Amino acid sequence: MNIENIKSQFPIFSQKINGKPLVYLDSSNSSQKPISVINRLNDFYKNEFSNIGRSIHSLAVNATNKFEETRMSVKNFINAKSIDEIIFTKNATESMNLVATTFGQQNIVKGDEILVTELEHHSNYVPWHFLRERKGAIIKFAPINEDGDIITDELKKLITSKTKIVAVTHLSNVTGTIVPIKEIVEIAHKKNVPVLVDGCQAIPHIKVDVTDLNCDFYAFSGHKVYGPTGVGVLYAKKKWLEKLPPYIGGGAMISEVKKGKIVYASPPEKYESGTMSTAEVIAFKESIKFMESIGMDNLIKHEDKIKNYALEKLRKINSVKIIGNPKNKAGVIAFTIQGIHPHDIATILDDDGVAIRAGHHCCQILHEKLNLTATARASIGVYNNKDDIDMLCKAIDNCKKIFD
Amino acid sequence: MIIVKRYLIEIMDLKQLYQDIILDHGKSPRNFGKCVGYNSEAKGYNPLCGDLVQVYLKLNDKKKVEDLTFEGSGCAISMASASIMTDLVKGKSCEVVKKIINAFLKMIKNSSEMKSDDLDNDQITKIMSLSGVKQFPMRIKCATLSWHTLISAMEGKKEEVNTEVID
Repeated sequence: MNIENIKSQFPIFSQKINGKPLVYLDSSNSSQKPISVINRLNDFYKNEFSNIGRSIHSLAVNATNKFEETRMSVKNFINAKSIDEIIFTKNATESMNLVATTFGQQNIVKGDEILVTELEHHSNYVPWHFLRERKGAIIKFAPINEDGDIITDELKKLITSKTKIVAVTHLSNVTGTIVPIKEIVEIAHKKNVPVLVDGCQAIPHIKVDVTDLNCDFYAFSGHKVYGPTGVGVLYAKKKWLEKLPPYIGGGAMISEVKKGKIVYASPPEKYESGTMSTAEVIAFKESIKFMESIGMDNLIKHEDKIKNYALEKLRKINSVKIIGNPKNKAGVIAFTIQGIHPHDIATILDDDGVAIRAGHHCCQILHEKLNLTATARASIGVYNNKDDIDMLCKAIDNCKKIFD
Repeated sequence: MIIVKRYLIEIMDLKQLYQDIILDHGKSPRNFGKCVGYNSEAKGYNPLCGDLVQVYLKLNDKKKVEDLTFEGSGCAISMASASIMTDLVKGKSCEVVKKIINAFLKMIKNSSEMKSDDLDNDQITKIMSLSGVKQFPMRIKCATLSWHTLISAMEGKKEEVNTEVID
């Protein structure tokens, strides 16, 4: 596959935004979808639709098999040991809430500590805050340095005998910091503390091998990795899924229901109650196929090239400041322009067909640390090319002209 | 009615949103800071973009606005809107100010005309410079934040105005 022509696989790029070609630089928020994923959703609804796991007619059997095929694809994609370790949820937020709720219910009492970091998205902080409210847990924040890297020595010191879990992102959605998860897992495991990884941003951009990382939980969303909305994944080591209590009660998650007694199903069904995002999970297999057809090495090489080009060009623009300078940075580029508020930047860039995000990107703790209320963010996807970056820079120039 | 017709401008493009009046007020907001002797204040916050506005209101015995200033940080639209607002309500009674605020909010939200017997031509021109946000639905709250906050200050409400809670 020629990565330079990959845009042609994404129908959305054939339209114009405000009369201009679409330059989509908001993939950290959500990615666009290749035609194979869109067609799969369409085909399933048109020709194959049935609910899964309940009926024994042909359509149901086929749908169930297809659903499980995606589970197998996900398992292989992140190198989990068993398909039973892959739980489908609505999104990564739900995956993390699932862990916080069930783990918290079983293992957290008043005064216990939960260690997160200053890089975290609200979805890896608010669920833990619930445990602070409900159980009297204490949340500690591992600090970052001015480059946007987690200070691992400080993180190490913050793990005490009271620490019950470490929850950390794999890749910052603001600074683009690639976090050394393997090292953090080793530090935590030495003190017998499990680790949850928020892999939302990492999954589309770097190789993820959960067995190698040795983390206890790994959460991500399908829609950021060229998949449909409504699909989240929670990888969890089997021992946790067997030990933790169920999350949502109802059909499918039970094996036996009596008036006086209920026996829960084994994982993964134990955590998949109610009708799932059936078509979306089935179509998500096509997203993984899409990633595999490019190959992670090619994808990383391409995105690195575009990122470096973008950083080089943006640094040359007077008054543009790039936020964070981590040791390993992915194609997530938060920036400010002196004298122009990020929301004005986003509105003006949109007029040139350039879609970026502005705000705190659900990372208020990080923005407070950086003394910023908001930033503009250009984030790269596999379909972006150098022309997109040229257009971004041209649009920034136009923006500056309006404010000069 | 002639005046109203004159200001029925259809603002369609970006250049008209970021026109001179907005950029001027956005970059150099008027009445910025705490006024001396203010007797009411209120805070407004837009959690989506972090825009923050604090208004300081000095009312005299007859419930007339003697002074109105603001502090805050945010985009050009929110700062310009606060600046323009503080400029045109001084000397007016609370009752009249509320009428102006309602007319403004109606104009911005319902795309209706700005009708007010309490403002002169120049003041209406300034207010209408904000009407461009109608074409940018995501930015309407930027323009209305300070106006809601002023209502809160006039009513002596203690809680922060939050754009995600109000309309």
